[in-house]
Amino acid sequence: MPDSGGKTPLRVRQLRKTYKDVVAVDGLDMEVHAAECFGLLGPNGAGKTTTMEICEGLTTADSGEVELLGMHWETDAPRLRQRLGIQLQETQLSDKLTVSETLRLFRSFFQQGPGVEEVIGLVQLQEKAGSRVGGLSGGQKQRLALACALVGDPDFLFLDEPTTGLDPQARRQLWELIERFKLAGRTILLTTHYMDEAERLCDRVAIVDHGKAIALGTPRELIASLGAEHLVEFSSARVPNAASLLEIEGIHDVHAENGTVRMKVSELHRAVPAVLGEMARQGIPLTELRTHSATLEDVFVTLTGRHLRDE
Amino acid sequence: MSKPAAMPFTERALAQLTLVRFREFTREPEALFWVFIFPILLAAGLGIAFRNRPPEVLNIAAATPELARALTSEKLLHVEQLPQEEAEEKLRTGKVALVAEPGVTGAVVYAYDPTNPEGRTARMLADRAVERAAGRADPVASSDRLIDEPGSRYIDFLIPGLLGMNLMGSAMWGLGFSIVDARRKKLIKRMVATPMPRQYYLLSFILSRLVLLVLEVGVVLGFGALAFHVPVRGPVAGLAVICAMGSMLFCSLGLLTASRAQTIEAASGLMNAVMMPMWICSGVFFSAQRFPDAVQPIIRALPLTAVIDALRASLLQGAGIAQVAPQLAVMAAWMAVCFGLALKFFRWR
Repeated sequence: MPDSGGKTPLRVRQLRKTYKDVVAVDGLDMEVHAAECFGLLGPNGAGKTTTMEICEGLTTADSGEVELLGMHWETDAPRLRQRLGIQLQETQLSDKLTVSETLRLFRSFFQQGPGVEEVIGLVQLQEKAGSRVGGLSGGQKQRLALACALVGDPDFLFLDEPTTGLDPQARRQLWELIERFKLAGRTILLTTHYMDEAERLCDRVAIVDHGKAIALGTPRELIASLGAEHLVEFSSARVPNAASLLEIEGIHDVHAENGTVRMKVSELHRAVPAVLGEMARQGIPLTELRTHSATLEDVFVTLTGRHLRDE
Repeated sequence: MSKPAAMPFTERALAQLTLVRFREFTREPEALFWVFIFPILLAAGLGIAFRNRPPEVLNIAAATPELARALTSEKLLHVEQLPQEEAEEKLRTGKVALVAEPGVTGAVVYAYDPTNPEGRTARMLADRAVERAAGRADPVASSDRLIDEPGSRYIDFLIPGLLGMNLMGSAMWGLGFSIVDARRKKLIKRMVATPMPRQYYLLSFILSRLVLLVLEVGVVLGFGALAFHVPVRGPVAGLAVICAMGSMLFCSLGLLTASRAQTIEAASGLMNAVMMPMWICSGVFFSAQRFPDAVQPIIRALPLTAVIDALRASLLQGAGIAQVAPQLAVMAAWMAVCFGLALKFFRWR
């Protein structure tokens, strides 16, 4: 198992970073435990990437402290670089090199690590080893980027939006790879604005908005903090009396907006028939009825009143 | 430090980075064209356009057989004996440059257009021939030594100029474009996120250029020697030093020019702005001496002027390193200043 530098490989305290007049990171705190996958979940522009780049030593913070694998960027940069695997958002590797040439280049920067063929096998690009990077699909490029992060056998892996822009199949394939590295005992810090990605991959999640961590916990804890496991939404010709709906057992919260009613519900099998009965009693025909299990998205909406992907 | 890397040399960072530069270059057909084919086409075109022609023979007309006989002794004149009317007609239509007519009491009258250089030349040649035929003796003996040997023709002047221009162009475009492209693709930022030593990244561009340089110089000089017999008189070691210094200097200038630019457009604008004055002033196609004396010190201080002057001295006059020391000093100064500034200003993200 790789050495992850004690129980808390990454400790971030009161991180602050301002670009001109935009506050990108505003007093962020977090701790990443050994061998866990920690997710920064938040909308675009929340400060996730800036936080990550400060932790990676690519950007300097205005104030605050970053302790990584027991070291600091100001004093230990060369030693730290040898032990990190970094995948940046939007890197385009050189189109004219082949997959194995690209990996041989990245491998040459590290003192230790697996061989090029081994890494190609890890990310399942054996058939593409001799192909030019320019001819790879989006998912294959992303797997190559991941391979470039793995050539130094890193103790700590940074993955910045690893599946953004990929089709569902490629995303699932990448998730499986990342899960395998989790099992190998690596510590991972991951950013994403996909709640399903965070729920599937992350042991713990910090929800980030406007440069602050506004909630922290396991995905399960965060969802449980809503106080209900399900959400029910319906549309109707007229808005029903909210008070009468709230009297139904298992309904915790009713929120009506633009002809759509949203409710937090704990016992779906009892609440839904009761809602239908109540609507019939009030003589309001339903035009649409939806129900889903509560997700991190709902947590974000509840905390901020916005959706994760409101642009 | 941890154990020394057991990797073979070819797997080490600088070797890999340099290899990557080669691969990127040789897999770009356009780059191969501009670096290797274009200078040859340019040299061939200009060499043919400015080739040395045999001296031209001027057509003139003589109005009497005596005059015609006297004039035929001049090899550079082709004499036709014609009736005066017809001769005048040919002069007016430009078929002959001059008409020699008998004047009063044995004198000769030359009819020609004084604004036509051929007319004036014909006048001198014809008069000399007539006077000599009449028995003039020249008090000072004279003879001609004709120069058309390799080393003093236009093509000889041109090849070192093109070589210098090519060194500048390939170093600056090659470096500038690769760097700005890598920066635009966030590839530089990705490299900086690895333990790669930053100076290796810059050094790999210079190393790969130095190797390509051998080919590049070989192609241009080989073409000049084979097609036009352009001489290579100086010691090869001196030539190698000049080319290597020149190329490294332009690599540094290219690094500096591309040190901040984020887009290809911005970089190519800057590149052109830096190179244009040198294309014009540094004596690629015509001698830099033609510019006014007042600006000569500035022109001498331009990097391309130093490179081309040194190349001409080496190739055409057989100069060694000692004779081109002033030019090498100018190159070294530019190289040091540009590389230092490039390191200081380089945008690593």
